Amino acid sequence: MGEYNKRVLTVASGGGRRDELMLLRPTLEQNDVQHVMTDTALAQQQGITAAERLPDCNRNNPLRALYCGVRAVWMVLKQRPHAVISTGAAPGLMCLLFGRLLFGRMLGARTLWIDSVANGEELSMCGKLSMTIAHQCRVQWEDLAMGVSSHYRGAVL
Amino acid sequence: MILVTVGMQLGFDRLIEAMDRLAPDLNTAVIAQTGKGRYVPRNMEAYEKIEPERFEPMVKSAEVIVSHAGIGSVLTAARYAKPIVLLPRRASLNEHRNDHQMATVRKLEGRPGILIAQDESELAERIREAQALGEAPQQQAPSIQQLHNALADFIEGRML
Repeated sequence: MGEYNKRVLTVASGGGRRDELMLLRPTLEQNDVQHVMTDTALAQQQGITAAERLPDCNRNNPLRALYCGVRAVWMVLKQRPHAVISTGAAPGLMCLLFGRLLFGRMLGARTLWIDSVANGEELSMCGKLSMTIAHQCRVQWEDLAMGVSSHYRGAVL
Repeated sequence: MILVTVGMQLGFDRLIEAMDRLAPDLNTAVIAQTGKGRYVPRNMEAYEKIEPERFEPMVKSAEVIVSHAGIGSVLTAARYAKPIVLLPRRASLNEHRNDHQMATVRKLEGRPGILIAQDESELAERIREAQALGEAPQQQAPSIQQLHNALADFIEGRML
């Protein structure tokens, strides 16, 4: 429970996406934050004991995506977030979508996509979709920012 | 000691095989985290996975990191001020689903402490250059502070 006392839901799949989000912990954890990850064993090793697990999924496996979607709704309902923040990938996008749909009006939930710094010359596919799904899409290279649809507001590198 | 890592998600035999061939001539121990590759190293200590609590001390005592061009590895090397040599995965060799690691190295080329091997033939030379660097100056990029501030603004509803 932090000084700002906003409920925040963060969602990250494995690899660099999770590492990037973990770098933001000092800021995130000034709030009442619930981390959601596709690999919670790794979260525990970083000292996060209360991370929730969401199955990873992509467009090649619709059944798994459906299950992930149901879990994403549950995560959102449980946390009732004021803000949902994801560095990707598909499970994060789902949480942004449901966060906006379920709590956008009631809590004024804001949804933020931060595209991975690994995407140096083109946004990820989910990043492109996030421009229509999330309130804001941020990129981590200045030359990738595209006016109103994506913004540069700093980077982990 | 030189620490080789391919990240947690995919094997990267081209890097592991090249490093295994170089290892006897490097005059220092080589430890490799290989992922799910098929190549079995003979000249270096190799593990498919290394748990973070074992990996971090290895990074700390490494002289140089040699890695795929993954952001996790770049961030880890920066955290311990270690020079890092990056060999990007190529989609054409089925090493990743697209060429984003090629884009990553184009973007990172020239940054202090980061050396790029475009292919495995450049590894030996880049490793020598990295060894000559010693500790890479730890740079807290102003972009990180900007990212934190903008994130706090977003959470607080001061959307920029």
